[in-house]
Amino acid sequence: MDIDLILSMANATLRLATPLLLAALAGLYSERSGIFDIGLEGKMLASAFAAASVAAVTGNVWLGLLAGIAISILTTMLQGFAAITLKGNQMIAGVAVTMLAAGLTTFLGQTWFRQGGRTPQLRGDARFSQIQLPFARELEGVPIVGPIYSQVLSGHYILVYIAFLAVPITAFVLYRTRFGLRLRAVGDNPTAVDTAGISVTLQRYQAIFITGILAGLSGAYFSVAQGAGFGNEMTAGKGYVALAALIFSKWRPVPVMFTCLLFGFLDALQIRMQNVTLPLIGDVPVQAVQALPYILTVVLLAGFIGKAVGPRAGGVPYVKER
Amino acid sequence: MSARRPLPRWADIIVLPAVNLAMAFLISGLVVLMIGENPLRAVQIILYGAFGYGDGVGYTLYYATNFVFAGLAFAIAAHAGLFNIGGNGQAYVAGLGAIVVALALDQTHWLIAMPAAMVAAAICGGVWGLIPGYLQAKRGSHVVITTIMFNFIAAALMVYMVNRVLKPTTTMAPESATIATMGRVPQLRQFIPYFGYSPVNLTIVVAIALLVLTYILIWHTKLGYQLRTLGQNPVASQYAGMSNSRLIMIAMTLSGACAGMIAINEVLGVQNRLVLDFVADAGFVGIAVALIGRNHPIGIGLAAILFGALYQGGQELQFVMPSVTREMIEVIQALIILFTGAMEGLFRPALERGFALLSVEQRAEAMARSTVDSES
Repeated sequence: MDIDLILSMANATLRLATPLLLAALAGLYSERSGIFDIGLEGKMLASAFAAASVAAVTGNVWLGLLAGIAISILTTMLQGFAAITLKGNQMIAGVAVTMLAAGLTTFLGQTWFRQGGRTPQLRGDARFSQIQLPFARELEGVPIVGPIYSQVLSGHYILVYIAFLAVPITAFVLYRTRFGLRLRAVGDNPTAVDTAGISVTLQRYQAIFITGILAGLSGAYFSVAQGAGFGNEMTAGKGYVALAALIFSKWRPVPVMFTCLLFGFLDALQIRMQNVTLPLIGDVPVQAVQALPYILTVVLLAGFIGKAVGPRAGGVPYVKER
Repeated sequence: MSARRPLPRWADIIVLPAVNLAMAFLISGLVVLMIGENPLRAVQIILYGAFGYGDGVGYTLYYATNFVFAGLAFAIAAHAGLFNIGGNGQAYVAGLGAIVVALALDQTHWLIAMPAAMVAAAICGGVWGLIPGYLQAKRGSHVVITTIMFNFIAAALMVYMVNRVLKPTTTMAPESATIATMGRVPQLRQFIPYFGYSPVNLTIVVAIALLVLTYILIWHTKLGYQLRTLGQNPVASQYAGMSNSRLIMIAMTLSGACAGMIAINEVLGVQNRLVLDFVADAGFVGIAVALIGRNHPIGIGLAAILFGALYQGGQELQFVMPSVTREMIEVIQALIILFTGAMEGLFRPALERGFALLSVEQRAEAMARSTVDSES
């Protein structure tokens, strides 16, 4: 295998892992607080649409990003209101939110822009541009480190760096702060938290607020960074892959990053493997690679490679004893 | 405030879903209003499109057929306390069994081909439901997550099967060979010209039969009793000597087999071949149907017709009011799921209070009347 191919694959892996990572971290906050979130896809879709719409109208990508995050938070709060305050079924809330986002984005997109549900093409400042890290050009000649720095790490959208920065921050918040301790406690044993005089409801709302922000970033990545505008169903099930990644890494931030990199790599591989014949194996169907993240997650969940045990109070609305 | 008393049964079954449904339609109406169209006219167009003429009615029933299967699939699992979100994948994989058998038997007669294909579809769909059921029962993985994953695995599998295995070398489009006329499920329009060109076919009889069978299964058999016990209280069912894991696997298999019947309607009844994504998210509609139908066959039947009407009427609406696209129906559907499934707690307390108040008032009134009577 030649070196350029490896470098470009590594670059693509980072690029494709980013939305997964942001979404998986979003899910992490929610699920660690005891709210199962199968509505990640919906939040991402809503955010992608809002970001692209506002960026297209104002011509400013940052306003677009803000709008994306705001809508994502709004969607999350709707889901949270059903799941936390009304003590409704969290799974159904997630399904409803995803369906609502899928329907409304296409519907409003068609009504507002009349391009078959797409938003107008974003140009210039309406879209994020790739960032060259300092000295990328100069260091290119340095053996080994140079090409990795300039061709793999440099030249990504700002959201890529934010995503990977969010990993240590999340780990710190989760394991080293009072907020994190309470967050984990509220997901494992809400009664204990309540007994200590801390509001379970407030704690869970705070957690899903962060979920909203991160899912918003993830959604916006699709429409104003990776792509130049919104298209129907543009998140293409990535919210569910992120969910799979979250479970696969057993709800822990650093393993989440590695799992997302693995799934991102599989995605990159799948794109590159179209019509490629491998020695020994022969013609590998692309669909097999596409299905791999899901199969791996199922296998892990079934306890065949390690055991994924989620937050103990996950999925159950908290009811104070009367 | 006195302790909350539960709603009377009839209010729980009729009033609450009606209020939730009304909320969903109200908000959808506001969305339509927001884009500058008249929601009442939209309702009128939907109603005419769905029930106004033979073709429309036929299409409504054709959609409803799918939704009955999907709704029953969700409901059977729900009675056992399982959230089967994998109806899509189960129906999709069932298409594989349906098309293979139908193509093999399409030179015989539909009376042979259809039942055989039904068995094959039920087996394929059932297995696709059984695996998550097994993993939940024996390995403790959450059935919701597994069925989501299985939807995606099914999609990948079917794209592969259609493109690499089932596609005849002569065709370019990603679809299987066409089933010969003898092997197709007869259309209702062959007997009743009223249905015009609509694709409603004999599978609807299967749907009606399944509604009845499910009713008998859930409320009048030992297995149904066991499933409901598991759903109400898994600890109780275990102490009563039932095997929870066995019941979970049975429930998921039945659920998957039920979803698999969608493949009969689509593959043998309408498309006459296996096309990509023929399920068209009917599995998700099934969730809404079962929720609004309260997991009861009568409710599911009515809700399926409601959604059939929305889907058919929505197509019509798109022609007459181009600004209101088909996705509006998806929005309505999502709102219905939201209000009836997840936000049930929104109106229940208010309704309960209302009924409690009503009964207190009635009692007071009766008391007053009786005292007046005794005085005179």
